[in-house]
Amino acid sequence: MATGIRDKVAIIGMGCTKFGERWNDGPEELMVEAFQECIADAGIEKNEIQAAWMGTCFDEVNVGKSALSASIALRLPNIAVTRVENFCASGTEAFRGAVYAVASGACDIALAIGVEKLKDIGYGGLPEFSAAVGTTNALWFPNLTAPGGFALLASGYSAKYGVDIQDVKKAMAHISAKSHANGAKNPKAHLRRPVTEEQVLNSPMIAFPLGLFDCCGVSDGSACAIVTTPEIAKSLGKTDIVSVKALQLALSNGTEISYDDWDGAHFVTTTRASTAAYKEAGITNPREEISMMEVHDCFSITEFVTMEDLHISERGTAAKDIMDGFYDLDGKIPCQPDGGLKCFGHPIGASGLRMLYEMYNQLLGKAGERQIKDPKLGLTHNLGGFPMMNVCSIAIVGRYEA
Amino acid sequence: MIGITAYGGYIPRYRLSRMVIVQNMAWYFPVIMAVAGGEKSVANWDEDAISMAVAAAYDCMALKDRKNLDGVYLASTTMPFADRLNAGIVAAALNAPEEGAMNADFSACLKAGTTASIAALQAIESGRKNSVLVAASDQRKTKMATMYDMFLGDGAAALLFGRDDVLAEFKGSYSVNCDFIDHYKGYGKEFDYTWEERWVRDEGYGKIIPEAISGFLKQSGMSIGDIAKVVYPCYFGGTHKDIAKKLGIDPARVQNNLHNVCGDTGTAHPLVMFVAALEDAQPGDKILLAGFGQGCDVLCFEATDKIKAFKAPAGIKGSLAGRVELTNYQKYIKFRDLIVADLGIRGEANPNTSLTALWRNRKMVLGFVGAKCTKCGTVQFPPLPMCVKPECNTAGEFEDYEFANKPGNIQVFTGDMLAPSVDPPAVYGIVTFEGGGKAFVDFTDCDLNQVKVGMPIKMSFRRRNVDEMRGFTGYFWKAVPQVQG
Repeated sequence: MATGIRDKVAIIGMGCTKFGERWNDGPEELMVEAFQECIADAGIEKNEIQAAWMGTCFDEVNVGKSALSASIALRLPNIAVTRVENFCASGTEAFRGAVYAVASGACDIALAIGVEKLKDIGYGGLPEFSAAVGTTNALWFPNLTAPGGFALLASGYSAKYGVDIQDVKKAMAHISAKSHANGAKNPKAHLRRPVTEEQVLNSPMIAFPLGLFDCCGVSDGSACAIVTTPEIAKSLGKTDIVSVKALQLALSNGTEISYDDWDGAHFVTTTRASTAAYKEAGITNPREEISMMEVHDCFSITEFVTMEDLHISERGTAAKDIMDGFYDLDGKIPCQPDGGLKCFGHPIGASGLRMLYEMYNQLLGKAGERQIKDPKLGLTHNLGGFPMMNVCSIAIVGRYEA
Repeated sequence: MIGITAYGGYIPRYRLSRMVIVQNMAWYFPVIMAVAGGEKSVANWDEDAISMAVAAAYDCMALKDRKNLDGVYLASTTMPFADRLNAGIVAAALNAPEEGAMNADFSACLKAGTTASIAALQAIESGRKNSVLVAASDQRKTKMATMYDMFLGDGAAALLFGRDDVLAEFKGSYSVNCDFIDHYKGYGKEFDYTWEERWVRDEGYGKIIPEAISGFLKQSGMSIGDIAKVVYPCYFGGTHKDIAKKLGIDPARVQNNLHNVCGDTGTAHPLVMFVAALEDAQPGDKILLAGFGQGCDVLCFEATDKIKAFKAPAGIKGSLAGRVELTNYQKYIKFRDLIVADLGIRGEANPNTSLTALWRNRKMVLGFVGAKCTKCGTVQFPPLPMCVKPECNTAGEFEDYEFANKPGNIQVFTGDMLAPSVDPPAVYGIVTFEGGGKAFVDFTDCDLNQVKVGMPIKMSFRRRNVDEMRGFTGYFWKAVPQVQG
C-alpha cells in the first residue's frame, strides 16, 4: 500500500536567478547562477549529487533536446541527468523526479533544475506553438494562443454562475494588482512596479476579456533545488528542515475537450490533483491549514478559478474572497507572495521550482519584506496547456516534523 | 425522367458597396464611377472556390442522402489546386462515397458550370450514374480600380442531377464552342487579362449567347415564347437587355443578372442565377440556362409539380438576405491579399501539412466526422481509439458520426488579438452540438461584440491555412455564430 511522499524527502538547498529579460545571458548562464546559489545553500560538494532532472519546455528555442545542456553547463560529474517536459509543469516535474529518486532510495542526493530562455525569439508572448500540438492536432486545432486559450474560462465562468463579465474582470484586476504589489517587494521579480486595479482594467485587450495586465510576464530564468532524505539533512547539520508533504500530478484525458459534462469554468485536473495532494499531506481543511500559496497565474483568470479548484474558495465564491483580500499578502492565505508568474515572471521550465523557492524561503523566515508570519504549509501549483487540455502539478511543502 | 433533384446556393456574407470602391479608388481610374451602383458579394478571407462550393453543396443536399452520390463535379476557374482533384476535396467535405464514385473538375472557362451539368446529365441519361452533384464556384481576384473589380462578386451554386423526385426535367441542350477570348488567365497568373469591353460586349456576349439560344430553339423546335425564364450571365447591363431584345424575349422573362446585389460570380454565375430562377419557378415553367465562355452552352429544363415543395435552407435568396455590409475598403483588399500588412514573426510559422496524417484523418478533417460509441452511444470529436465517456472507455467500437450539419451552441469563446490573423481578433471557442458532442474550433463570419455564450452556431467548411511556400491549402470546419435579427 502506497504511503505517499509525505516527509520522506527534505529540501536542503535552493537557488533562483533574477527573472526577466536577461538579454545578455543564455540558458547556461542562468542555470549556473541558480545552481551556485543552490549548492552554496545546501552546503554540499557538486560530486555529492548522484542524479539530476532538468525541466524545460520549448526545445525549439532555448536549450535543445536532451538534458545535455544542464550536464554541460553545470559540468556535472557524468551522472544521470534526465530532461523532462510537461508544459508549464516541467519544473515541478523535474522536482518530482529528484524527490522520487531520493524517496526510492536509488540515490541520496539529487538535483532538480528548471530553465527557460524565452527572450531569444524576437517577439512578445510565448513562442508560437502550432507545430507543437502534434501532427494530427495540427490539422484542425484553432488558431489559438495561450491568453486566448485561458480567456475561454472567463466566458465560461461568467455564464455558469451568472456573474457579469465586468465583475469577473474586476476580481481579475484585483488579482493582478495584488501580485504587482507583492512583486514590487521582490528584488528577483521581473516586473516590480505596482499597478492599480484601474490600470489593469484599462490595459489593452489581448484576448477578450483578458487585458495586457491580466497576462503574466514572459521571462528568462532558472531555479533549482537539491533534495535528500531528512536523515541525511540532519547528518549534514541542517536544523531547520523543509520537507515535501505532497507531490501530485493530474493530466486531462480528453473529457474537457470532447465530453459534454465539462462546464468550461474550472480545471478538472486541479480539482483532482489538489484533493490527492491534501490527502497525501494529511490536510483535511485546506482553507484553515494552508499558510500560503504560489499558484499558476499565467493569466489572472487562471488564478481566479484555481482558488475554487484548490477547494479553498467555495464554487462560485472566488470573486468574493478575492475582493475581500483573503489572498492578499496580509490576508488569510497569501497567494503569490513573490509576485507570482504575473510579476516574478514565467520562464516555463523554471516556474515550478521558482514557486518552491519562495515557499522554502518563507518557511525558513528568509522572505524579507514579504515574510509571512510563521507559515506552516505552502502550496505550489502549475497548470500547463489549456483549460480544455492540460497538465496540473501540485506540491505542498512544510516544516519537517511540524 | 431525368433532371434536377435538388438545388442550393451560397453567396458569402459580406457585401461591398461599389460606391466604397469608387470613394477609395476613383482618383486612380475615374471610369469606375460609371458603374458605381449596387453592391457585390465578397468572400471572407477564409473562403475560396472550394469552401463556397462546399457551402452550396450542403445547401443543395440538406434533404438528400449524400451516401447516394455517384460523383461530384466541381466547376471553377479559381481552383486552389492545379494538381489535386479539387472536386475530391468537396466530395470529402460532403463525406460522399469513395468507392464507385467518379469526381471531376471542370475548369478553365466560365461556362464550365453548364458544361459540367451537361456532362452529369449525359452520364445519368446513359444509365451509368444515378446521382451527380455539380457545384460551380468562383472567387476571382481582381486588380484594384478595374472594371472587373466593380463587376465581379463571389459565390457558388449547386445542382443535384438524378432520376428520382425530379424538380425540373431536362429537356435537352445545345452548345456553341469557339475560341473567343474576352479574357484569359495564363498558367500561374494571379489576374485575368482582359480585352476591350466594347468588343467583348458586341461580338462576345451580344452575339454568341443569342446564337446559342437560337441554335437550341431550332434544334428543339421550341419557340422563345414557350420559355418562362431565360437565364444567361452578362455583367454589362445594357448588353444583358439587348440580348433579350435580339431574341424577342419578354423582359419579364429574363432572369435578373444580380449585378446590383452580388455581381458576376464567374463560373458559378449561370447556376447562381438559375437557382434564383428555380426558387421562383412554377410547375410547367420551361427555363433556359446559358453559360458563356469560349462559346455558350444552353440547357433547357421544365419545372415539375415537385418544384413547389422543395426549399433549400439558404438558397440564393436566403444567402443574399443574410448580407452584412463591409464598409472598410482596406479590409476588402487585405482579404484579397492585395496589400501587405505585417503578421509579425509569430505569423511566420508555416508547419508543413503531413499528407500521411491528412490521409488517415481525412474524414475527421475534411468531413468533420466524429465517432459514436456503439457500446454507450456517446458521440465525440475528435474520434480517438477509446471512448471518451469515463464510465465506458471502450476501445475501437465506433461508427461514423457527422457533425458538419448539426446545429450547436457556443459554450465558451474569446477574441484573440495575439493570434496572427488576417482579420483580428481571432475568435474561437468550444461549441456543443444538439444531439451531443462538442468541438474546440475557430469561429468565422462574426463580430466579437455580438458573440455570446449560448448563441446558436452552424458549422462551415473554411480554408484553415495557406502554405505559400509549398502551395498547399488546408481546410477544416469553423463555427458561424448565428446572430439573430
